Amino acid sequence: MLYFIEQCLNGVQLGMLLFLLAAGLTLVFGIMDLVNLAHGSLYMIGAYFAATFAALTGSFVAGAALALIATLVVGMAVEVIAIRRLYGRDHLDHVLGTFGLILFFNELVRLIWGPAGMTLPLPSEMLTAVQVLPGIYYPLYRLVIILVTLAVAALLYVLVMRTRIGMLIRAGASNREMVSALGVNIQLLFTLVFGLGAALAGFAGLMQAPILTVQIGMGENILILAFVVIIIGGIGSVRGAFVASVFVGLVDTIGRAFLPDLLRTMLSENAAATLAPALSSMMIYMLMAAVLVVRPEGLFPASSR
Amino acid sequence: MTATLTPRNAVVAALLVLLALLPVYAALTGNTFALSLFTRIVIFAIAAVSLNLVMGFGGMVSFGHAVYLGIGGYVVGILAKEGIGSGFVQWPLALVVSGVFALAVGALSLRTRGVYFIMITLAFAQMAFYVASGLERYGGDDGLTIYKRSTFAGALDLSNKTLFYYLCLVLLLAVIWLVRRLVDSRFGLVIQGVRSNERRMRAIGFSTFRYKLVCFVISGVLCGLAGVLLANHTDFVSPAIMQWTRSGDLIVMAVLGGMGTVMGPVIGAVTLLVLEEALSRVTEYWPIILGPLILLVVLYARGGIDGLLTRLNRG
Repeated sequence: MLYFIEQCLNGVQLGMLLFLLAAGLTLVFGIMDLVNLAHGSLYMIGAYFAATFAALTGSFVAGAALALIATLVVGMAVEVIAIRRLYGRDHLDHVLGTFGLILFFNELVRLIWGPAGMTLPLPSEMLTAVQVLPGIYYPLYRLVIILVTLAVAALLYVLVMRTRIGMLIRAGASNREMVSALGVNIQLLFTLVFGLGAALAGFAGLMQAPILTVQIGMGENILILAFVVIIIGGIGSVRGAFVASVFVGLVDTIGRAFLPDLLRTMLSENAAATLAPALSSMMIYMLMAAVLVVRPEGLFPASSR
Repeated sequence: MTATLTPRNAVVAALLVLLALLPVYAALTGNTFALSLFTRIVIFAIAAVSLNLVMGFGGMVSFGHAVYLGIGGYVVGILAKEGIGSGFVQWPLALVVSGVFALAVGALSLRTRGVYFIMITLAFAQMAFYVASGLERYGGDDGLTIYKRSTFAGALDLSNKTLFYYLCLVLLLAVIWLVRRLVDSRFGLVIQGVRSNERRMRAIGFSTFRYKLVCFVISGVLCGLAGVLLANHTDFVSPAIMQWTRSGDLIVMAVLGGMGTVMGPVIGAVTLLVLEEALSRVTEYWPIILGPLILLVVLYARGGIDGLLTRLNRG
């Protein structure tokens, strides 16, 4: 039981990470109608910046803050230089163009930081475990990730639903010509939204950096998970992305933790050991297939956003 | 089609002559590397042509086509490890498994369109990638060495490199011929009609889902064939054969060469792989050049090389 609760918390934590990525992806898709494969590169860059700045300043928080700003700037620069030219084009063009960007960024990072990975050490006060329930201890840092991401999700909600800029973002999503005809600088708005998505991805990267190694290509596998999340949640829906993130995070973590034992009770030891790793990595894709059969547009289609 | 000597046809003809004569060059100069590189190129050309059938003609952007390379490769690898070396068993089984997987993926993902389709095909390919990584008995992440290439009861010796090259080339030509016949058939016209306007095709009474699904399965089977050849060529198969960037490479080949025609992806495969080879000799960091180059092709050279050549013809 204790183990189960711990795994649930791990699942929520993975879900929060996925949400940060999926929110940026789905915002950019919902508003600019752009498929951005290079989103994972921004996640990677956020992590590299955080490791570098934390080493320079000697402070985790200062490093994280600088990394966040730097990723925001990189994101807006990428939008102005390359992404802007892809708006209104075919989705295939988006896929290919941003695929080219991934190659570029991976190699650029190799050039600047070298092929070896980096680590981002946690401040010592984060290394303790706290008692979340009687008898259940959980690493403080993972708990911080969950809480901070929840705060970011709330901020995002307020930003999109309760502010003037959020109103413009929503208006831009439903009819961009009309918004620009009313005198709104839609180009600037798009740059800001892309930068916001980049900052969210970079934030996910830097939060995750102390748990994993910072390395080239770290963004790509997690990006595909984020795709699964937005397919399940409904493309363009931030609310759908939130629900689906937690769902996918829980299913993946709990599947990996308990499926081997479950299989062992049904099959021979040998067969279970062979099947479990393959089957548990298929879980979320089967979940996705099931959602598609029932609701091809995802759980929260963008029209009901 | 009338065969006039336009710049485009001249390039295609020159390319075919080059491919046909390459082993002669390799034998004369003793350049076995060129033979190996071009065997790879021909195999990837088969995969790119098969992808183009769904993507260029059917308008279905599959971002998971490398998975069929993986399936073809793994069927050969697994059977070889289990002691079944006959190509008469390995090859048909590989094609059947590829077809069945394409049927399952297609049946689910063709319920959606556009960007959903792109992401779902990507996700299913990634699933297969992780499953292959989890196959401990067959090497897991590290992959599986194939100690003996497929045998054909003594009729074909695939370890003869020149013979294997020509086998791949003949199969490429056969695939090009098949795709061309398909595209020009009634079936192909329906598929292209669906690409332009699916709603209209449904309105005039075509069950478009079935046409698209059959097209998707044929493409998967052809790409599975490329996987069989690739495993035999490298004598090795690992999950990396179906890494998602591989699917991206296949799309780049099709778009770079030109999606509008059957030959376009062949031109694209040759161009991309030769370019990669050339750039990697200039700098270790070659993707830093290739990436922006791809972006530039997307932005400024729609229709790919084939399109550029056709425009050259029109003046």
